[in-house]
Amino acid sequence: MSSKVSAKKILEEVGAEAGDVIKIVKPNITYKGILLDRPETFDKNYITLKLDNGYNIGIDISDAKIELIEKSTKSEIKFEGLDIKEDPNLPFISIISTGGTISSIIDYRTGAVHPRFTANDLLNAYPELLDEANIKCKEILNILSENMDPKYWEKIARAIYKEIKNGVDGIVVTHGTDTMHYTAAALAFMIRTPIPIILTGAQRSSDRPSTDARLNLISSVVAAKSDIAEVAVCMHATPHDRECYLHRGVKVRKMHTSRRDAFLSINDLPLAKIKDNKVEIINNNYIKRDTMEPKLNNKLEPKVALIKTYPGMNAEIIDFYVENNYQGIVIEGTGLGHCAESLIPSIKRAKDAGIPVVMTSQCINGRINMNVYSTGRKLLKAGVIPAQDMLPEVALVKLMWVLGQTKDFEEVSKMMTKNLVGEINNKSSLIYFPGGYHGLEKDRS
Amino acid sequence: MDWKKIGLKVGLEIHQQLDTKHKLFCPCKCELIDKDPEFKIFRKLRPTLSELGKFDRAALEEARRKLKFIYQAYTNETCLVEADEEPPHSINKEALEISLTIALLLNMNIVDEFHVMRKQVIDGSNTTGFQRTGLLATNGYVKTPNGKVGIQTLCLEEDAARKVKKTKDGVIFRLDRLGIPLVEIATEPTMNDPEQVKEVAYKIGQILRSTKVKRGIGTIRQDLNISIKDGARVEIKGVQDLDLIPTIVKREVQRQLSLLEIKNELQNRNAQVPNKIYDVKEIFKNTSSKIIANSPHVMAIKLCGFGGLLGKEVQPGRRFGTELSDYAKKRGVGGIIHTDELPAYGISKEETENLKDYLNVSDEDAVVMVVGEKEKCIEALKEVQKRAKLAIKGVPEETRRALSDGNTEYLRPLPTASRMYVETDIPPVPITKEYIEKIKSNLPELPEEKMRRVMSEYNISEDLASQLLKKDRIDIFEKIMEKVNLEGKIVGATLAYSLDEIRREGHDIDKLTFNDLLDVFKLLENKEISKDAINEILAYMTDKNCSAEEAAEKLDLKLLSEDEIKSIIDEIISENIELIKERGTNAIGPIMGMSMKKLRGKADGKVVNKIVTKKIQKLVS
Repeated sequence: MSSKVSAKKILEEVGAEAGDVIKIVKPNITYKGILLDRPETFDKNYITLKLDNGYNIGIDISDAKIELIEKSTKSEIKFEGLDIKEDPNLPFISIISTGGTISSIIDYRTGAVHPRFTANDLLNAYPELLDEANIKCKEILNILSENMDPKYWEKIARAIYKEIKNGVDGIVVTHGTDTMHYTAAALAFMIRTPIPIILTGAQRSSDRPSTDARLNLISSVVAAKSDIAEVAVCMHATPHDRECYLHRGVKVRKMHTSRRDAFLSINDLPLAKIKDNKVEIINNNYIKRDTMEPKLNNKLEPKVALIKTYPGMNAEIIDFYVENNYQGIVIEGTGLGHCAESLIPSIKRAKDAGIPVVMTSQCINGRINMNVYSTGRKLLKAGVIPAQDMLPEVALVKLMWVLGQTKDFEEVSKMMTKNLVGEINNKSSLIYFPGGYHGLEKDRS
Repeated sequence: MDWKKIGLKVGLEIHQQLDTKHKLFCPCKCELIDKDPEFKIFRKLRPTLSELGKFDRAALEEARRKLKFIYQAYTNETCLVEADEEPPHSINKEALEISLTIALLLNMNIVDEFHVMRKQVIDGSNTTGFQRTGLLATNGYVKTPNGKVGIQTLCLEEDAARKVKKTKDGVIFRLDRLGIPLVEIATEPTMNDPEQVKEVAYKIGQILRSTKVKRGIGTIRQDLNISIKDGARVEIKGVQDLDLIPTIVKREVQRQLSLLEIKNELQNRNAQVPNKIYDVKEIFKNTSSKIIANSPHVMAIKLCGFGGLLGKEVQPGRRFGTELSDYAKKRGVGGIIHTDELPAYGISKEETENLKDYLNVSDEDAVVMVVGEKEKCIEALKEVQKRAKLAIKGVPEETRRALSDGNTEYLRPLPTASRMYVETDIPPVPITKEYIEKIKSNLPELPEEKMRRVMSEYNISEDLASQLLKKDRIDIFEKIMEKVNLEGKIVGATLAYSLDEIRREGHDIDKLTFNDLLDVFKLLENKEISKDAINEILAYMTDKNCSAEEAAEKLDLKLLSEDEIKSIIDEIISENIELIKERGTNAIGPIMGMSMKKLRGKADGKVVNKIVTKKIQKLVS
């Protein structure tokens, strides 16, 4: 076999670029088609060709001759412009896009899913949203949610606040699903809102016929028109394209890697079900529209860590954060809120250095109680702040926000144990676990 | 008919399920499930932009029907991948290897790197809204008595979900079939003889059977691409019976020729299709037609210059009106009523005249009516208008469904190439030359090679060997021959001919297992039965579900021992001793006859003959 030559170099020699029609002559066969870009992760000795029949194939060009047949203008994905007329009888909803699967599209030049779809494109793809409301779109970020960062939460909060001040009736934020529950929690602490702020996303991208984006979006717009003036996450309630749940932003977690109904309310009931473009309230304990003056407080202390404990964990992990000047630590402990006793000296050292340490549980479901076992009591004595039934991620975000307000240990401790925006429920209901409200409907037909 | 002169071009597409341990993109088994579904999942699909930024015609068509889908699922037999709730797993390597084997047997050129694509299909048969498919090989051929036929492409793809039933506003599918690996083999569209198409289908089928593919109903499906000069490419789906292929081709040719005649006539008449849709319920307010009286709405359109043509036959039993009706039915109405067939359905002559007067049409024109809900009527009539406009231009490109009589009916417009984009969840799979060489050195025996070898190895005729091959019993033949010491032609003839005779007599031979057959031949080998008894024993086994031994006993067909035979013959001789005395050795014939009458099926004729001859000779000497 001849030695491998990078395809890129050979293509440069004949002046062929992605989108051009080329001919490839190999010892036994000749192919003709459109040259496509290859993602960087693919083998560099091959090129990707789109044949006339629509199929892509990869060709090893170490034994091939390439001929440029036709330079091509690159086709762009374009929607026809929508003629949008304002309907004074419909409410005004702002859609703020931040990226993620919901706004992904196939980039045919690289063949990868890219967060390139703007909020306006979404409206073009789902014009039925306009039957529900007058919709204004704003693209403020375009990132995959794994790249979300506290500084972006501040930015999103600012944009939302501006829209509230502009007098819209509700807000929908499109977001990648991986970290949507962190953003939801952050917004809940940062903004006092008189109107609904609904986060939504998609587990199947918008370029697919089976995307969950349509139902999630339309249901979110419906939720944004509702009476529920809270930060909430609106996603598929089941694997069916039939209804969405509206989850309280500080009580929701992505609990599945891929299912449409990945988001579950934890230690709480969903606020509502959105079905056939109608809101059915499930949980009456919510803040009503127009009962709150809008207020923005988006100051955060990002230097806070979330540490999961495990058997055999070395205390030096906690020391690392203390030495590196972290301002707060949330521990995702075991069971009712424990960790190995060997960690307690380091935890005490952190507290003594003025770093608040908050205890949550890796059980996710349920409330911590550090009085039941001696380790818990020792941890409390060491100054650990119990986070009650707060989710670890919510405790992390809350601690960032609280530390943005005050660095006073006593004050921090007080705020962390007090319910501010629905993140702590004092009462645990039987129905909260294991997602008793949720699940596939058995076929009984 | 001179097929070349009319420019007949036929291409064949064969879909064959592979017999792999698990599905193409998940670990579920490739088996259909008969038990009641445990879950149902409700979904809606919508068309999306493809990577080239064009909406697909066929996809839009389906979207307009706003179908809702229900998928039946199971706890253990299906998983999240089929439900489109989990990304596809890595491609099944076993399926890839079988496909490569098939590609090499078809003399094809294999791609260097296999890319999985998403082919948009939003009829609900895929939960994702697309079928995963990849092009694995191109440029092959098969040889037939009528020359070489090119094999254009071989694709490895996932089978679609199984349609369970259609409901009022959607379709119910079962997820069991979704994801079973399939190869799709497409020939060049160059065949110009209906019989050759069947030959090629048969030949490819034989090659497929020499590899690890599924057998049985529904595991192989044939589609045909047919066009004639000035006609259009028409794809005919779901051809089940190979013997029907020539009829389907001939009838499609007939259809296209008739449509071309209609086109010429329409153009001569300067035919027009006005867009206006009329509400004509008023005309029928006192009607005695039940169809019309029972319908909330009766809507009509004018087809100017179409008069008399709707009744023209395009295929046996199918008229041009049927073509229009097929389009209307896609919009949920029962069909159309047109003036070429009126008065009928209880609609009177007077009402027909009133209708024509109301719409101001002459005999050169036609009126098409549909009944039902207003929305559906309008949608249906728009479809009829669309089809009628196409008729003026000629033969429309269509996907059609094969009917069991060799006719076809309209399914949807022909899909365009823009329905394909890349499956981003599955990285491309390089196929190295070394890997191809390894498969090449292990290729299975081709059917014809196998036939030749079996002929010489077991000393059987070409006719017998080819029958065994054709009936797919050549492997069973070989396996039995390995285990018994019998003449090849006896085992061969039983498998190739007797089994079908038994079937024709009304016995269910599918009940017979390999071991059942082997047991029968073992009895023969051990001289416990005669070869004349085989058919009767096999038939009895299928009817009574019993073993070969039991059947032979119950039927009293077990061969007697030589002593038993001798004693029976002795008895016959002593009863006929006068005859022997009278005729001497000439009595051998009649005595033999009497013995065989008593011993048929229980003793070998040769043995009986030997004993009878010996005894009589001894008596008379």
